[in-house]
Amino acid sequence: MSKQHVSTTINGDAVEFLCEPHQSLLDVLRDELGLTGTKEGCATGDCGACSVMIDGRLVCSCLMLGVEAEGVDVTTIEGIAGADGLHVIQEKYLEHAALQCGICTPGFIVATKALLDRNPDPDETTIRYWLAGNLCRCTGYDKIIRAVQDAAQNLAYEA
Amino acid sequence: MGAYAYRAPSSVEEALSTLAAEAAAGNRAQMLAGGTDVMVQMRSIDKGPRTFVDVKHVAEANELRIGDDDVFIGAAIASAVLNENDELKSILPGLIEAADLIGSTQIQGRATIGGNLCNSSPAGDTIPALIACGAVCVIASPGGEREVPTEDFVTGVGTNVLEPTEFLVGFKIPRPKGRSSDAYLRFIPRTEMDIAVCGAGVALTLDGSGVCTAAKVSIGAVAITALVVPDAAGALVGTTVDDGALAAAADASSALAKPITDKRGTVEYRKKVVGVLTKRAGAIARDRALAL
Repeated sequence: MSKQHVSTTINGDAVEFLCEPHQSLLDVLRDELGLTGTKEGCATGDCGACSVMIDGRLVCSCLMLGVEAEGVDVTTIEGIAGADGLHVIQEKYLEHAALQCGICTPGFIVATKALLDRNPDPDETTIRYWLAGNLCRCTGYDKIIRAVQDAAQNLAYEA
Repeated sequence: MGAYAYRAPSSVEEALSTLAAEAAAGNRAQMLAGGTDVMVQMRSIDKGPRTFVDVKHVAEANELRIGDDDVFIGAAIASAVLNENDELKSILPGLIEAADLIGSTQIQGRATIGGNLCNSSPAGDTIPALIACGAVCVIASPGGEREVPTEDFVTGVGTNVLEPTEFLVGFKIPRPKGRSSDAYLRFIPRTEMDIAVCGAGVALTLDGSGVCTAAKVSIGAVAITALVVPDAAGALVGTTVDDGALAAAADASSALAKPITDKRGTVEYRKKVVGVLTKRAGAIARDRALAL
């Protein structure tokens, strides 16, 4: 079977690629487009390491076909930082040491961005439920929650 | 032999001709909605080549209509989208809470109730909720549209009434009138993101004095398919859904359940808990109806 042609937008840039019809978006991002910031943890939608946004909605890129990206707007971890440096969310993850091995971190940061885009002032319960689809086996989550709370406060202050 | 392919038809007509063409060519076609089950199965238990037919571009499967007499929910609509619709949530709170119980934020962004039904797992959370609220499956078929009550849709573990040339377009649900509401509860050993040990959906209608005039009860994960429990509904109708009526409904659910023992629970445990869930879901549905 020949590869299929897909036109999409990734982190604001128009992108075209060829992929197998059954190749996941995660594999396309990493293997075809060199966007290796998005990680594969479980490849079954349980761990959230592969989280990206599709038209602003948080999804697991391992549970989506590359061909399903036709015509949509994809945001990956590579699209979170601005031209002038890290996003506040990324700075706060660093400041609060909300990461250790780092494999889950891109997924957590994209998930945090999706949360704060929708709800700039989430309480701790909301944050914990929202991030329940992102697994971290290093930090015990508390530092992550603090980083998200601090980022929310900073974003509110800037706005 | 065979290969993977992907098609994204934009209408029911186009989707049906795609399915017919694939069948005629001897290819296996698989409808794709959110993909949260399909993608996992494709990498584990079911690796064979197939043509994916994406329902998400079919206009009719994306329709959400809240009419005076019924509500139509397209099979391609993600759970997160349903959950963000306040009007839908107030009309069918039990169904939406069942959809909202499935998976993480990421899964909610893709998963659909249509996919949950078509996956036809005995533990699908939306299935008892759909049955309780009287949902009818609208199926696009080469001969025209056909309608199947949700309780008749699933025929076994992972199997259902759909022919290879048919697909689920959406659900037609009678709009609850007056003091009518629904509720769904499931039991899992943690607070979220697990497969149901058992589940119970209850929909009921109360009259002006709080007496139940109609009820439907369905239980999940306690048999090969979700079950309708007529005796539980019968125990509620004609009462104020008081403790005695709820206890009788609980007994009816426990009696009808035919669960298996597995790592999630034993037969005895599941029969007991599905009764408790029936009682509690009934009380929630009653309180919601009383508040209308």
